[in-house]
Amino acid sequence: MTLAVPRRRRAFFRAGWGKQLMLQALLIFISFTVLFPLVWVVSMSLDPRNISRPTELTLIPPGASLQAYQDVIERPTSNPVSLAQLAFNSFGLAAGVSLGSLGLGVLAAYAFSRFHFPARRALMIAIVAVLMVPSVAALAPLFVFLNKIQINSGDFSFNLRNSLLGVGLALTSGALPFAIWNLKGYIDTIPKELEEAASLDGASPTQTFFRIMLPLATPALAVTAFLGFLTGWTEFVMSWQFLTNPENFTLAMALWNITGQYAGNTPWSKFSAMAIIVALPVSVVYLSLQKYIVGGLTIGGVKG
Amino acid sequence: MASFAITEAATSAPAGSRRGAPRWLTAYLYILPATLIMAAITYWPILFQVYMSFTDYGLRNLRFDAPAANFVGLENFISLITNGVTVIPNFSFWGMLAFNLFWTFSNVIFHVTIGILIAVILNTPGLRFRGFYRAIFILPIVVPTLVVATVWRNMFDTDYGAINQGQGLAALGGIFGVTPDHFHIRWIDQIDPPIPGIPLPLSYFALLITNIWLGWPFMTIVATGALQSISREYYEAASIDGASGPQQFFHITLPLLRPAMIPAAMYGLIVTFNLFNLIYMVSGGGPLRQTEILVTTAFRLVNEQRLYGLAAAFGIYTMIILLVLTLLTNRITKATESYV
Repeated sequence: MTLAVPRRRRAFFRAGWGKQLMLQALLIFISFTVLFPLVWVVSMSLDPRNISRPTELTLIPPGASLQAYQDVIERPTSNPVSLAQLAFNSFGLAAGVSLGSLGLGVLAAYAFSRFHFPARRALMIAIVAVLMVPSVAALAPLFVFLNKIQINSGDFSFNLRNSLLGVGLALTSGALPFAIWNLKGYIDTIPKELEEAASLDGASPTQTFFRIMLPLATPALAVTAFLGFLTGWTEFVMSWQFLTNPENFTLAMALWNITGQYAGNTPWSKFSAMAIIVALPVSVVYLSLQKYIVGGLTIGGVKG
Repeated sequence: MASFAITEAATSAPAGSRRGAPRWLTAYLYILPATLIMAAITYWPILFQVYMSFTDYGLRNLRFDAPAANFVGLENFISLITNGVTVIPNFSFWGMLAFNLFWTFSNVIFHVTIGILIAVILNTPGLRFRGFYRAIFILPIVVPTLVVATVWRNMFDTDYGAINQGQGLAALGGIFGVTPDHFHIRWIDQIDPPIPGIPLPLSYFALLITNIWLGWPFMTIVATGALQSISREYYEAASIDGASGPQQFFHITLPLLRPAMIPAAMYGLIVTFNLFNLIYMVSGGGPLRQTEILVTTAFRLVNEQRLYGLAAAFGIYTMIILLVLTLLTNRITKATESYV
């Protein structure tokens, strides 16, 4: 059939010179709009003047330097907290949410995918229903509830609400529905024959889970772990509301601090350097995983 | 796409195991840790929220030995929807809900339209540098929204922002005869609507520009996946029958994109409806709360007003509205699936 199409017809689909030029111009323009904010923020971060008044747009500012990065590393905000501390907090929070939601999520997802048990459907609906509740909508009760868990004995005082542990628990619980739903969707696509074979050979369900299921689910595990990490790394609402000690602050909070606190006279170069420090690590990982992430989301979406 | 379709059969488990604990008990053991965490930190607070919403829970009730909050019946729920909230100036529940819905739909329409158009352009046979463009167009997806929001907020700054100072804008000004005054656009603060008769502040358009930048690449990726699964033969046959390019687009491409785009659009609707970071950080809901949405208001009630009882009631309204929105979009998705 394809061969029967005359060459003249086939040429219709191929872009001619004029069309090629027009499309290239359009795509270059679109690329420009996409790149503009990114180039702008990189350019500002390199500006040596730490300008409060950027008067013109320059790709590479005169005398470009890494001074702003150095300033941000030494003292990111007016709070007495170093960038290393902020990064440590953000990383701890992100890693905790990632591992917590992954570990608990994959166990639950495996059970939902492979076992029949009473109330299976009801439980799954109860978990997935939480997917649509934004954390802000339950912020007030969560604040009050976590605030009730306090230990005060002598000099030692601990308030779960005012701690990274509390924020981490809240974020993990919030990330679990997606982790379970996403992992279950992937495990559903793995053929059961391997597990059945293992079971016939005398493997217990737990052995099957660790030896067969986990290795097969690696791509979905990686994506779920990364998205959990991203949740913790960029979380703003709860940490901003719950945490009051500067030594617990996160990079995301500091970024907003730089932007918000100075209002009209944002320290532009410092802000830009901070934005890049926050964005770069997760963006690079996202870029390397994006095929799986977006693919996974669309498959999930189509599946409904 | 078809290879990803999962049937219920795939989830059926083999008959009960031959030794050890019964399988359903094992299943519960697997589910227990996740359920415990969610029961304590998600479901219990939501139940507690129902109680709080009927009280005047406030800052004074936070102390460890504080007395219980006063029961106020439906007062919180009623004052929210009858503009009885006086602590926040210009508070209008219905106005905010209307803006939130308009914000959501106007954004997703742009996302889907631009997303499909760019996917089609990128899919043109013989296009050069395709991989290069695809690599660039993924960038808005991979940069965290938090960073995107703060960067655009600074770009819209009246005096020092890149948008007003852009050399590009200056060049355009030369072309369209725009005077230098126009480089001092107060994107976020200007109260007068830029288009007479349409009650949308300029900050809405600033937010729209930001969110279009943020949103279309995802739709392009979804559309590209769907486009690549459309057989060339449809177009060849249509072309032999004399169908023009636009005819092919509307009668072949669009109908075959629908099954992939509708769920993506529904996902986009929910995400955009709850787009906290963008609104809170770019416009701050301003001017005069005109661009405030439900989730930013919920945050303000807790973070600034510390009216926990009122915030709880507001959160319950938000959940109900989202439930209705989710059920509606699910129904539309299902209806379209059977239609195609």
